Amino acid sequence: MSGSPDFKEDTKMKKFKKALSLMLAAAMVLSLAACGGSDKGGSKDEAKSSGEEVFKIGGIGPITGANASYGLGVKNGAQIAVDEINAAGGINGYKVEYKFEDDVTDNEKSVHAYNTLKDWGMQLLMGSTTSTCSITVSAKSSADNMFQLTPSGSAVDCVATDNAFQVCFTDPNQGVRSAQYIAEHKMATKIAGIYDSSDTYSSGIWTSFKKEAANQGIEIVAEGAFTADNKTDFSVQLQQAKDAGAEMVFMPIYFTEAALILAQADAMGFAPQFVGCDGMDGILTVKNFDTSLAEGLVLLTPFAATAEDELTQKYVETYKKNYNEIPNQFSADAYDAIYIMKAAIEKADLKPSDGVSAICDGMKAVMTEINVKGLTSDEEGMTWTEGGEVSKAPKAAVIKNGEYVMAQ
Amino acid sequence: MKKTSKAKNLLKGDFLTYLLVIVVYAVFQFMIANGSLGSLYEGLLVPVCIYVIMALALNLVVGIVGELSLGHAGFMCVGAFSGAIFSKITADMITTDLLRFVLAILVGAVTAAVFGFLIGIPVLRLNGDYLAIVTLAFGEIIKNVMNVIYLGVDEKGLHFSMKDELALNLAEGGKTIVKGPQGIIGTPHNSTFTIGVVLILITLVIVLNLIHSRSGRAIMAIRDNRIAAESIGINITKYKMMAFVISAALAGVAGVLYSHNISSLQAQPQNFGYNMSIMILVYVVLGGIGNMRGSIIAAAILTVLPEMLREFQDYRMLMYAIVLILMMLFNWAPACRRFRERYSLKRIFAKKNTKEAQ
Repeated sequence: MSGSPDFKEDTKMKKFKKALSLMLAAAMVLSLAACGGSDKGGSKDEAKSSGEEVFKIGGIGPITGANASYGLGVKNGAQIAVDEINAAGGINGYKVEYKFEDDVTDNEKSVHAYNTLKDWGMQLLMGSTTSTCSITVSAKSSADNMFQLTPSGSAVDCVATDNAFQVCFTDPNQGVRSAQYIAEHKMATKIAGIYDSSDTYSSGIWTSFKKEAANQGIEIVAEGAFTADNKTDFSVQLQQAKDAGAEMVFMPIYFTEAALILAQADAMGFAPQFVGCDGMDGILTVKNFDTSLAEGLVLLTPFAATAEDELTQKYVETYKKNYNEIPNQFSADAYDAIYIMKAAIEKADLKPSDGVSAICDGMKAVMTEINVKGLTSDEEGMTWTEGGEVSKAPKAAVIKNGEYVMAQ
Repeated sequence: MKKTSKAKNLLKGDFLTYLLVIVVYAVFQFMIANGSLGSLYEGLLVPVCIYVIMALALNLVVGIVGELSLGHAGFMCVGAFSGAIFSKITADMITTDLLRFVLAILVGAVTAAVFGFLIGIPVLRLNGDYLAIVTLAFGEIIKNVMNVIYLGVDEKGLHFSMKDELALNLAEGGKTIVKGPQGIIGTPHNSTFTIGVVLILITLVIVLNLIHSRSGRAIMAIRDNRIAAESIGINITKYKMMAFVISAALAGVAGVLYSHNISSLQAQPQNFGYNMSIMILVYVVLGGIGNMRGSIIAAAILTVLPEMLREFQDYRMLMYAIVLILMMLFNWAPACRRFRERYSLKRIFAKKNTKEAQ
C-alpha cells in the first residue's frame, strides 16, 4: 500500500478507517462489558432479595423464532397470575418473583435457559412451553429434584420423571378425546387427516386419534402428512381428501399451517368441516389471514377468550390492558400453572427457605390431593395422577363471527 | 536454513493451539472445582466442545480441501443417532459407562465415515457451488430420513419400520428406541467436559498431522491448482475423499457427544438443519478459513455469546447479529486487519527485540 501514488490521500483514508475500526472495537468491548455489568446487577438483586424471602418461579419458552407466540403467551399469562398473587399478599405470606428465559424451541437452548434460571436462584420451574424442550429439561430438573410444571408440554414423556406435572392434556389423550367428541356429536363419519409427521405433538395426536377412530366407527379416508421443511403448499393433501370424499378434515397441527390450509382449501372450492386441537388456537391473529375462512372451525381447546364466566372475563380484560392482545390458550395454561403451584405450596405449607429439593418433595406429595379450578377447567376443576398427568373435562370452541365461542 | 525455521514456526503454532486448549481446560476445571462458574457456564462447556469439533471438521473440508460443504450437520445427525441407538441397545449389556461411551463414539464416527464415503463418491466429482448444493441436499435428506425411522428391540432382535410405531410388531417387553419424529428419549448422560476436551485434542492431532503429512500437502496442492496437481500424478479423488471421510467421521464424533449430552434427541431444523450447517460455516469463516486455532476460538465464542446476551431480553438475537457483524469486520475488514497488524503485540515485541539486538 505504501507504494500507492497518491500517498497523502491514502494516509487520510487510513486515518479515517483506523478511527472507524477503533470505534467498532470500542463498541464491541462496551457491549460485552454491558452484559458483564448487568450480570453483576443480577447477583446484587439476589443478595437483596435473600433478605426477605420470596418464592422464585422460573419460566422457559420460545419468545423468538417461529413459535414465539406460544412462549409470549406463557410468559405474559404467568406474569398476570404472579402480579395478582403478589397484590393479594403472596403465597403463604411470601411474595413471588418470576423470570422468563427464551429457548428458541431448541432442546439444547432450553437446557441453557434452565441453567440460567438456576443461577438466578429458581425454586420452581414453570416450563418448558413446547414438548421436546420440556422432556429435555425434565431430565435435568429431576437430577436437581426441582418441581416442574409444564403449562403446554403435552407429550407423554413430559411427565415421565416424578418431579414433572402438566397443565394440558397429553397428546394421546387429546387424540382420543377428539375422536370421542366427534363421534358423540355425530359430526362426521368420513374423515381425512392432515398432520405434521416431523412434530411430536402433531404425530402424537394423530396416532392416537387414528386408533380411537376405529373404535368409534369413524372411517379415515385420507391421510396427508407434511414435515417442518415443507409446510407451505398443501394442495396435494387437500386434493387427496377431496377425492376421497371426506366430510371433515382433522388437523392436529399449529395454527400457522392451518391458516394456509384453510386459504388453499377455499381456493380449490373444498369446504368440509375443519376440526383442530389446542395448537389451532391463535388462528384469528394470523396476519393477512381472512378470518371469514375460519368461520365454523371447531377446535378442541380448553380455553376461549369469549367464555362468560367471571374468571375468564377478568383475565382477558387484564391481558388486553397489559399486552394489547387477546390471550390464547397457552397463556391461560400458564396462568393456571402459577395458581396450581400456589395451591400445592399452600396445601403442603412450604416456605422459600425449605430449599429446592424439600419444596419439590412437599409438592409432589400433595399434587394428587389438590383440586384447582382455573381458566382451562370447568367447575369440576383439575386433578392430577401420581404420574403427573392432569385430568379435566374436555372443551371445544367454535369460531363464530370471528370469535371463539365455547361449544355446548 | 529457511525451511527448517519454517517447520519450527509451524510446530510452534501447533503447540500453541494444543496449549491453548489445555490451559483453558485447566482454568475451567479449577473454576468448577471451587464452584465459581455457575450452572449456565458449566452447562455450556460440553456444547462448546461439540461445536469446536464441528468447526475443526468443517475447516478440514473448507480450508484444506478448499470445497464448500453445507451438509456437515447431516453427518453430525448420523453420528448422533447411531451413537445414541448403540448406547440404548447396549445399556444393559455394557455396564461400564466410559467403555460404552467410547464404543458409542467409535460407532458414531464409523457410521458417519461410511455415509461420508457414500456421499463422497458422487459429490467429490463436483466442484465449488455444485458441491455445496449437493451437500446441502444431503443434509436435508438425512434429517428427513431420521424423522420417519422407527426402530425397536425385543428378545428376537431389532425391528425396523418406516411406517409407524405399531408396524414394528414388538413382542411383549420389547421397547421402541427410535420413535420417528419423536426421536430418541432417555439417552444416558455420558458427555463430560473432560471427554469433550480429550476429543478436541484427538481431533486436533488428526487434523494437524494430516495437514503436515505428505497426504496433506497433496490435498493442499489440489486446492491451490487442481490441474497442476493432476499433471504431476496426484490422485485427486483419493485425496479429496480421504479428507472428506475424516471430516465426516469427526462430525459424527461431535454428534455422539451431542446426543449423550441432552437426554432427548430429535432431528429438527434447529439442530441438524441447514441453519446449523451454515452456523458451523460461520465459525470457520470467522475464525479464518484454514486456521484451526481460529476455528476453536470462534466456535467457543459464538456458542457462548447468545447465552451471555440473555440480559438483553427481547433484543438478544438482534444484539447477537450485530456483534457477529462487528466481529467479522474486526477480524476480516481490510482496514481493521491493517490496523491490527500495525498494533499487534507480535510486532511490538518484534520491534523491541530488534531494538535490543541493535
